Amino acid sequence: MSKEKLIDVKNLATYFHTEEGTVKAVDGVSFEIYPGETLGVVGESGCGKSVTSLSIMRLIESPPGKIERGEIIFNNKDLTKSTQKDMRKIRGNDISMIFQEPMTSLNPVYTVGDQIMEAILIHKDVNKKQARQEAIDMLTKVGIPLPEQRVDEYPHQLSGGMRQRVMIAMALSCDPQLLIADEPTTALDVTIQAQILELMNGLKDQFGMAIMMITHDLGVIAEVSDRVAVMYAGKIVEYTDVETLYANPKHPYTWGLMHSIPHIEKDVDRLQAIPGSVPNPLDFPQGCKYNTRCPFATDKCREIEPEIEEIEEGHQVACWHVDKLEEAKAKEKKKKEKK
Amino acid sequence: MTEERLLEIKNLKKYFPVKAGVFRRTVAHVKAVDDISFHINKGETLGLVGESGCGKSTAGRTILRLLEATEGEITFEGQNLLELDKRELREMRKEMQIIFQDPYASLNPRMTVADIVGEPIDIHGLAANKKERNERVTEILDTVGLGTEYMKRYPHEFSGGQRQRIGVARALAVDPSLIIADEPVSALDVSIQAQVINLMQDLQKDFSLTYLFIAHDLSVVKHISDRVAVMYLGKLVEVADKQKLFDDPKHPYTQSLLSAIPVADPTYKSDRIILEGDVPSPVNPPSGCRFHPRCPYAMEICSEVEPEYKDYGEGHYAACHLLEQE
Amino acid sequence: MEWQEVLLKLIKNKISLFGIGIIIFFVIISISAPWLAPPADPDDPYMIPRAGWSIQPKPPSEDHIFGTSEGQYDIFYGIIWGARTAFRVGLIVVGISTLIGILIGTIAGFYGGVIDEILMRITDVFLSMPFLVAAIVLTTILGKGLDNVMIALVTFGWMGTARLMRSQVLEIKAEEFIQAAEALGANDIRIIMKHVILNTIFPVVINASMRMGSIVITASSLSFLGVGAPTGYADWGQMISFSRNWILGSQGNALQFWYTVLIPGLAITFFCLSWNLVGDAFRDILDPKLQN
Repeated sequence: MSKEKLIDVKNLATYFHTEEGTVKAVDGVSFEIYPGETLGVVGESGCGKSVTSLSIMRLIESPPGKIERGEIIFNNKDLTKSTQKDMRKIRGNDISMIFQEPMTSLNPVYTVGDQIMEAILIHKDVNKKQARQEAIDMLTKVGIPLPEQRVDEYPHQLSGGMRQRVMIAMALSCDPQLLIADEPTTALDVTIQAQILELMNGLKDQFGMAIMMITHDLGVIAEVSDRVAVMYAGKIVEYTDVETLYANPKHPYTWGLMHSIPHIEKDVDRLQAIPGSVPNPLDFPQGCKYNTRCPFATDKCREIEPEIEEIEEGHQVACWHVDKLEEAKAKEKKKKEKK
Repeated sequence: MTEERLLEIKNLKKYFPVKAGVFRRTVAHVKAVDDISFHINKGETLGLVGESGCGKSTAGRTILRLLEATEGEITFEGQNLLELDKRELREMRKEMQIIFQDPYASLNPRMTVADIVGEPIDIHGLAANKKERNERVTEILDTVGLGTEYMKRYPHEFSGGQRQRIGVARALAVDPSLIIADEPVSALDVSIQAQVINLMQDLQKDFSLTYLFIAHDLSVVKHISDRVAVMYLGKLVEVADKQKLFDDPKHPYTQSLLSAIPVADPTYKSDRIILEGDVPSPVNPPSGCRFHPRCPYAMEICSEVEPEYKDYGEGHYAACHLLEQE
Repeated sequence: MEWQEVLLKLIKNKISLFGIGIIIFFVIISISAPWLAPPADPDDPYMIPRAGWSIQPKPPSEDHIFGTSEGQYDIFYGIIWGARTAFRVGLIVVGISTLIGILIGTIAGFYGGVIDEILMRITDVFLSMPFLVAAIVLTTILGKGLDNVMIALVTFGWMGTARLMRSQVLEIKAEEFIQAAEALGANDIRIIMKHVILNTIFPVVINASMRMGSIVITASSLSFLGVGAPTGYADWGQMISFSRNWILGSQGNALQFWYTVLIPGLAITFFCLSWNLVGDAFRDILDPKLQN
C-alpha cells in the first residue's frame, strides 16, 4: 500500500508497575492504520488489546501505568511526547473512542443531547443552538428514531443498543479521522450487534474515517476488518489482511483459536481446545509466551522469544516454527480427503 | 436414541410482581416465562437460546424450583416437581443439578475446593466417613481434569476455566441425571470455552447425562445440542431438531437470529435480515404475536391473535401465523 | 481472605499491633490481679479496700502508689481489678448483643417478607429510644448493679449489629453460590451457617471490636451517673465518679487531685483506643476497595 499512514505505532510498550510486580501489558507492538480502513485487533482478556488503544489515547492511568518506549505517530506528531493539553485537543476531535459498556460510559445525570453537545462545543466553534441541531443530526445519522425527542432523554430511558448508538453519535460528532472501538458489541445481543456493526460499516464509508476494532470475537473481526492484528500476552503474534488470516493462519495461536471455536457454517464432532490457560501477566513464561500451550513448542521456543517478521508479503508472524504448523495443516487436509 | 422423556414441561409460567407505592401493591407483572411447553429426552442435549431478557435463565431456574413457578407442570421422571414438599424436593435435587455462568460468583470464596465439591456429598450423606468422602472428591476432581494438589486451595487462586471445572465437579458429585447449564461458557475466554465444552461432552458420554444447555451463542448451541429451542420474550417460538432448525428455520425470529451471527470467515456472505428496533419490555409485551413489531413479515392478524404453538411435523414446533396459513 | 491471612496482616500492621499490645497488657493485668493487688477479702475481691474514712483524696504514697480517692479507696487496686470489670462488661455485653444482632439480622435478611418486616419494625422501635436514656431508665427499674447495667446495655445494644447483618445477608443472598447450595439440596440451616454467615461475619466482627471500647465507656458513664456498680466496686467509671468533686483542686492549686481523674481516665481511654485501633486496622485489611 502506498497510501500515507494515518497512524503509525512503532514498538509501543506500556507497563504497569504494581505492588506485586511489573505487568508488561503491552510489550513492543508495531502496527499502522491507513485512512479509511478497519484494523481489527483480536485477543483474549489480558492480551493487551485495550491497553494498546488506551495508550494511543494517552488515557493510561499513571501511576501505575507508563508508556515505557515506542512511538505513536499520528499526523506527523508523536503522541507519546504530546502534552495532556495537546491530547485533549486530539481526543474526541481527531481520535474518538467507544467502549463496551454503553451504560457506564454515559453520564446518567445529563441528557443524551447535553453529552453529544459537550464534545461539539469543546472542539467546534459553534453556539449552543447550532450544537443542538448538530446533535440531532448525529442522532439521525446513527439511526435513532424520533431524534428531536430522544435528544432530551436520559441514558436510562434508552435500551442498550440505543445507548451504543448514542455513544457512536458522540464519538463521530467531531468528524474524527480514527475511531477506536473497544468491544463495542460485546454487551449487546446478536440481533442488536448486527444492527450496530452494519451502522458502523455504513458510517465508516460516509465519514471516511479509519476504525480500530478491538474484540475477542473472531466472527466480528471477520465481518468488519480489512487487516487484523492477533495479540497474545502483550505482543502481536500475527498481522496480515483478513482474508489471508482466515484462509491461511500462520501462527499456532491464531490457528488454535480458529479451531477451538464452534463454527455456525460447518459441523465438527469435537472442538480442538487450546490446553492450559492464559498466562498470568505477572509471571509470563520465558521465551515465546505461547510455548506453554503450543503443540509445536521446542526448547528454542522456551528460551528465546521470536520477533515478529514478514514471512510473506504483507503477512507478519512471530513464531520459530511456521513450517511445523504447515505440516500439521497438510496432515489435517489429507485426513479430510480420506474421509 | 431411545425417545424416553426425562423432563416434560407443560404450560410453565413465571411472573414476577412489579410493586409500587407506599403499600407495595402489585401493579403489574414481568412475564419472564409465559406459558412454555417442551420436553427433554433421556441422554440428549436441548439447547435453549434467546437474547438477554427473553426468560431463558428464569426458565432454567424455575424448572429446578430455585424460583417458584407461577403456574404449570414440571414432570421429571414421572413426578411433578411442583407437588413436592421441601424435604422431598431436597432429596430430588440429587437428580438435577445446575452449572452457572459466572464461575466467580457461584463458588463460595471462603470454602476450599475440597469442601465445595464435598458439600453435596455431605448433604446427601453419600460417603460413610471422611476418608471415603475425600476419595470421592479426588475422583471427581480427577474426572474434570483438576489434580488433587488443588484440593486445599480457595476459588480465587484459580483461573476462570479452572473455576468452571470446579463448578462442573460440584454438580457431578451427586451423580445427577439432568444438568441445567446456564451459559456455562459465556464468561470464559475464547480459548478456554472449547475446553469446557469438550469436558461437558465427555461427561455426558461417561455418565449418561442429559443437558439443558442455556446460551445466547448460537454457534456453541449448535455444536453441543441435539435439539434446539428458541425463546423470545417469555415464549417459545420454535423447537426442533438441531439440523432442521439451522437448515430450515421456520419462525422469522429464528431466521433473523441465525442470519445475525457474525461468521468467522471473511469470504462468507450471508443474506442478513437486520431486525428493526429492540426487544420490547416483558412487563407490557406486544399484543398478539410478541414478535410482530419487529417481524419483517408481520400481517394484520399477528398484532391481534396469538399464534398457536404446534407441531409442524417430526417434532418441529413453531408458533407463527405464516406457517398456519401455508 | 482467610483467618490466618487476616491475623498475619493484623500483626504486620503497626497501628493494630499497638492496639493489640495494649489489649494484651490489660489482659495480663486482669489475669495477675490477685498478685498485683492482693484482695483483703478473697471472696469479694471486687470491693476496693479503704484506707480510712476521710473524704479528701490522698496523693500517691508508698502504701498507695496511685493515691487514694474520695473515701480513701485505693486507686491502684481499683485500676487493676477494674480491668477485669471492663473486660467482663465489654465481652459479655458485646458478645451477647452481637449474637442477638446476628440472629435477628440473619433471619430478617435471609427470609425476608413478613418476617423481615416484623423484625425490622421491632428494631426500629428499639432504635427510636435514645440509647443512654433508655439504658439509665431500664437500670433504674431493674435496680442498681453491674449485672443490671449489662442487661440494659444488651437490651439496647443489638440493633446496629442486626441492621448491619441484615444488609450483609441481603447482599450475599443474591450471590450465585447460595443458589448453587440450594440446588445441591442444602437445607436453610446449612446454607445460613456455611455460606451466609461465613461471608458476612467480618464486618460484624469489626463492628464488635469497635463497640468494645464504647460499651465500656457507656458502662462507665452509667457508673459515673450513679446507676451502675455499687459504691466501692472496682470499676473505672465509678472511680471517675469518685473524683467528681475533686476535678478542680483548691484555689491556687487546681491540679491538686490530678491522680483521681487522670489515672482512671487514662485506663478507660487506652482500653477504648486499643479496640478502636484493632477495629480500624481490621476494616482496612478487609475493605476490598482499599486492597488494590
